[in-house]
Amino acid sequence: MSSVRARIAPYLLSFPGWFWLGLFFLLPIITVLSVALQTGNPDTGYTFTWHWSEFSTVLSNYNGELVRSFIYGGISTLAAFVIAYPMAYWIAFHGGLHKSTYLFIILLPFFVSFVIRTLAWQFLLSDNGIVLGSLKSIGLLPQSTHVLSTPFAVIAGLTYNALPYMVLPLYVAIEKIDRRVVRAAGDLYASGVQAFFRVILPLSSAGIFAGFLLVFVTNVGDYVNASILGGPGTTMIGNVIQNSYLENLDYPTASALSSILMVLLLFVIWLYARVFGTEAVEEAVA
Amino acid sequence: MLPAVREGVPNEAEVAAADVHLRNVVKTYGGVVAVDDLTLEIPRGEFFSLLGPSGCGKTTTLGMIGGFETPTSGTIMLGDQDVSRVPPYKRDVNTVFQSYALFPHLDIFGNIAFGLKRKGMPKEQIASRVTEVLRLVDLPGYEKRKISELSGGQQQRIALARALVNEPRVLLLDEPLGALDLKLRKQMQAELKRIQQDVGITFLYVTHDQEEAMAMSDRLAVMNAGKIEQYGTPRDVYERPATRFVASFLGASNLIAGKVVSSGGAEFAEVVLAGGQTVRVPAERVTPGQVEISVGIRPEKLLLEPVSEPAAPGYNAITGQVILGTYLGVSHQYIVKGPADTELVVYVQNLGATAPTLGETVRLSWLPEHTFVV
Ligand SMILES: Nc1ncnc2c1ncn2[C@@H]1O[C@H](COP(=O)(O)OP(=O)(O)O)[C@@H](O)[C@H]1O
Ligand SMILES: [Mg+2]
Repeated sequence: MSSVRARIAPYLLSFPGWFWLGLFFLLPIITVLSVALQTGNPDTGYTFTWHWSEFSTVLSNYNGELVRSFIYGGISTLAAFVIAYPMAYWIAFHGGLHKSTYLFIILLPFFVSFVIRTLAWQFLLSDNGIVLGSLKSIGLLPQSTHVLSTPFAVIAGLTYNALPYMVLPLYVAIEKIDRRVVRAAGDLYASGVQAFFRVILPLSSAGIFAGFLLVFVTNVGDYVNASILGGPGTTMIGNVIQNSYLENLDYPTASALSSILMVLLLFVIWLYARVFGTEAVEEAVA
Repeated sequence: MLPAVREGVPNEAEVAAADVHLRNVVKTYGGVVAVDDLTLEIPRGEFFSLLGPSGCGKTTTLGMIGGFETPTSGTIMLGDQDVSRVPPYKRDVNTVFQSYALFPHLDIFGNIAFGLKRKGMPKEQIASRVTEVLRLVDLPGYEKRKISELSGGQQQRIALARALVNEPRVLLLDEPLGALDLKLRKQMQAELKRIQQDVGITFLYVTHDQEEAMAMSDRLAVMNAGKIEQYGTPRDVYERPATRFVASFLGASNLIAGKVVSSGGAEFAEVVLAGGQTVRVPAERVTPGQVEISVGIRPEKLLLEPVSEPAAPGYNAITGQVILGTYLGVSHQYIVKGPADTELVVYVQNLGATAPTLGETVRLSWLPEHTFVV
């Protein structure tokens, strides 16, 4: 009897997890897909019509925003990586007894709401705000300079908001590297720089993948930074989806765009795994 | 005539040909002195062991030769180049680490080729060198295997191959066999010795296992608390330990306190042991002017005889009482209470002679040449 129970116990225990996934993940995806295939308008309502051409319509209407989202997402992910890696490296290798203190300091600003933080950036970067205003008043910048509404402002905001999601997985991966292996690289004629690129960086690939995954997926679909820090020329696909859904009540467009975004993101992740090997992916997931 | 006591010390020519010289090297960590004024020469092409108990400073010494630690003071020379402050990657030295420290993200080829690639060797040449060294460590054709697929003993060989393939001036080995089981360790000892003889590179081998050091080394240095206690061939150090520490760390020893009563001129000095019996020791082993000494004798050098039989002429002889006998298979071990209640250990081969009984008074005799003084 007990052996039967032992055999079915794992299934029983994992059932709530599967149920949760089915209810809150699979079901919404199916709903989104089916909404994309409906036609109609907000006044008369929508009916399901297998309207596949919705996908090609939104693709041609919004390809600019889609491409822009991937460019902003890509640049901000790379920028966050370049900023976060040295921080994570320093804490892991030179943080001594205070590693958790340093991590806490990095995370501290992120206890404030995401929207409030971005609004603070808007305040900081405004044309006559603390930064630009003072630089202009001492004549370091021409009066016409502005940062808000530019791609730079949006990418800077995306980069800033992504930092903790980049630092944490990188830190975990770098912290795990056996120092004796780094020492062995030095013994085998690798200079500090070579040891970094040949040993430390490859051994932190799981953390790099996890960081890229978290940040890239979040940033490509983001709409908060573009709507608070951006202008008419920086609209991202997240803004289009949000507008279609909440303001124009155009559910099929929003759904079709969401589906396309999801497929494109999955493709990029698949490509990353193909190029850098699946081991990094397995390790990042494990 | 017996050879000079410090026979193991290299002569002028050997010193000139030495691969590694340490001169008055000190290393302190905060207040802890890990290596204390160490001077050492390691002759070219030898299998040299640094032997000492855990914590005596062996790894620190290797680390300074490899370049991972900077000496607090003193100089380290490789050949005639002062490398005391040269970073590891610029030293012609490679290390086999205690934990192997293989690169987990590279396959075996990648691990072994790592050093050659950094040195900029052409690709085809690297490939043939890797093939060659894998044959040397008896793992031919393993290029494409992953590190995680190897057993501990195989990882050990790859760590050795990864270092050897660079043909360094000196190979440093930090307790490389420590993680292996006894049988594999014995096998690898013989193999390491063979490989060293094949390639002719100087090996500096660190171990706390005295049997291992004796079996493998051309010469060894016994280290204790950051200092070298004795330097010489294994035979030399075993037969004539210079200090109490060496006498007890390297094999078993019997030490009996005594006073030198005559030494002037003669071949043998006379020593009166505590308890009144007199023995002779080679005069050159007694430092002139020294009076209070301990006389040392290895357990296997002692003959255990009934007092009823006459003593052999020319032998030192003392009497004592058997207090314990233990059967060890190849031999018997007896504990005999000797002069001034000193407990002496005696190994007797099992040749079928009648065994002494407990409490029996026996005579222990030995050749004066087998006596050492500490
Ligand atoms: N990085 C270090 N910091 C402080 N003390 C150390 C350090 N490395 C070694 N020591 C000390 O130096 C002494 C010698 O250590 P070590 O060279 O590792 O000995 P062994 O290899 O002979 O066991 C020990 O007392 C050890 O505690
Ligand atoms: Mg050690």
